[in-house]
Amino acid sequence: MVRLITHNLLACHAKDCNTNNFPLAFKDVQLEIREAEFNPEFLRGFLPKLEWTALVDTAKQLGDTSLPVEQPEMLDDEFLKNLHHVLLEIHVEEGSMTCPNCGHVYPILNGIPNMLLAEHEIG
Amino acid sequence: MIPTPDLSHLSRDDYDQVYEPAEDTFLLLDALEEDAESLKRSKPTICLEIGSGSGCVTSFIGNILGPSVLYICTDINPHACQCSRWTGKQNKVDIHVVNGSLATPFKHRLARKIDIIVFNPPYVPTSEEEASGAQSSQDIDGAWAGGRDGMQITNTLLNCIEKLLSPCGRFYLVALKQNDVPGIIRRMHEAYCLKGEVVHQRRAGREHLFVIRFAREQ
Repeated sequence: MVRLITHNLLACHAKDCNTNNFPLAFKDVQLEIREAEFNPEFLRGFLPKLEWTALVDTAKQLGDTSLPVEQPEMLDDEFLKNLHHVLLEIHVEEGSMTCPNCGHVYPILNGIPNMLLAEHEIG
Repeated sequence: MIPTPDLSHLSRDDYDQVYEPAEDTFLLLDALEEDAESLKRSKPTICLEIGSGSGCVTSFIGNILGPSVLYICTDINPHACQCSRWTGKQNKVDIHVVNGSLATPFKHRLARKIDIIVFNPPYVPTSEEEASGAQSSQDIDGAWAGGRDGMQITNTLLNCIEKLLSPCGRFYLVALKQNDVPGIIRRMHEAYCLKGEVVHQRRAGREHLFVIRFAREQ
């Protein structure tokens, strides 16, 4: 149940890994699409907190090309519906996420990302 | 009156592995309910509960604030993560769960972006070995074993709170008398200019419990 909204907020936090540690790269994923209630107010409020390029690139990797490269100024319904789908309806059930900097692998088990580090990896 | 979340889907087997809501949980719910109107007025976008266990507290906040907030829960215990997710579902609150320690997976991306942080920590004074062992074993003992003065785990989080809170953000912390509540408030003010206030307290059996609310000085 890692969805792209959560993925957009997670960065590698292993010891001494402070730059280029985001976004984590999905690997070997199993996806499920589950409908969620459309809430334009939430999406508008959340937009400023997103890293847009990371979101667009990650969606593309998972096969969704509905989002524009640049965040639009006009937030029309079609755009918000696409954003809603990308952020909240694509569920990554199994797979892993790899840090682009240090290569640390965070597994996804039963839909829950395991972001725990071993003691020697904690910064 | 905001109803206590429905937990009827959780069984004895779940509570063998995950902390069952008790007096400390209910004290926290009471404090949050008292703040319900001002929480709504603050128009939060992101709410993070650390060590969410059964998921009872975030589901309760979800019932107060509705669907225009992103609800994130972390727990080191994988079964607690599942329970938090189920409890969200049972109470129609969409909870995003991460199996992780404190707020560390979010510290880069959510710096000064979190509007509500809630932590009912492992606050029971134990030996340091017991607290560290409980955290590494990722099981139910991690829900209560708090190390020296019961503050070993809480202190780690207290040092990150200021970096995570949004400008008008609030942090709710459950503490025990033995944790030295005035000392916690003093240290947070001296080190981070965060103003702490006891918003609720109650004696429950041998425990004297407090809820402290922290915010930036305006």
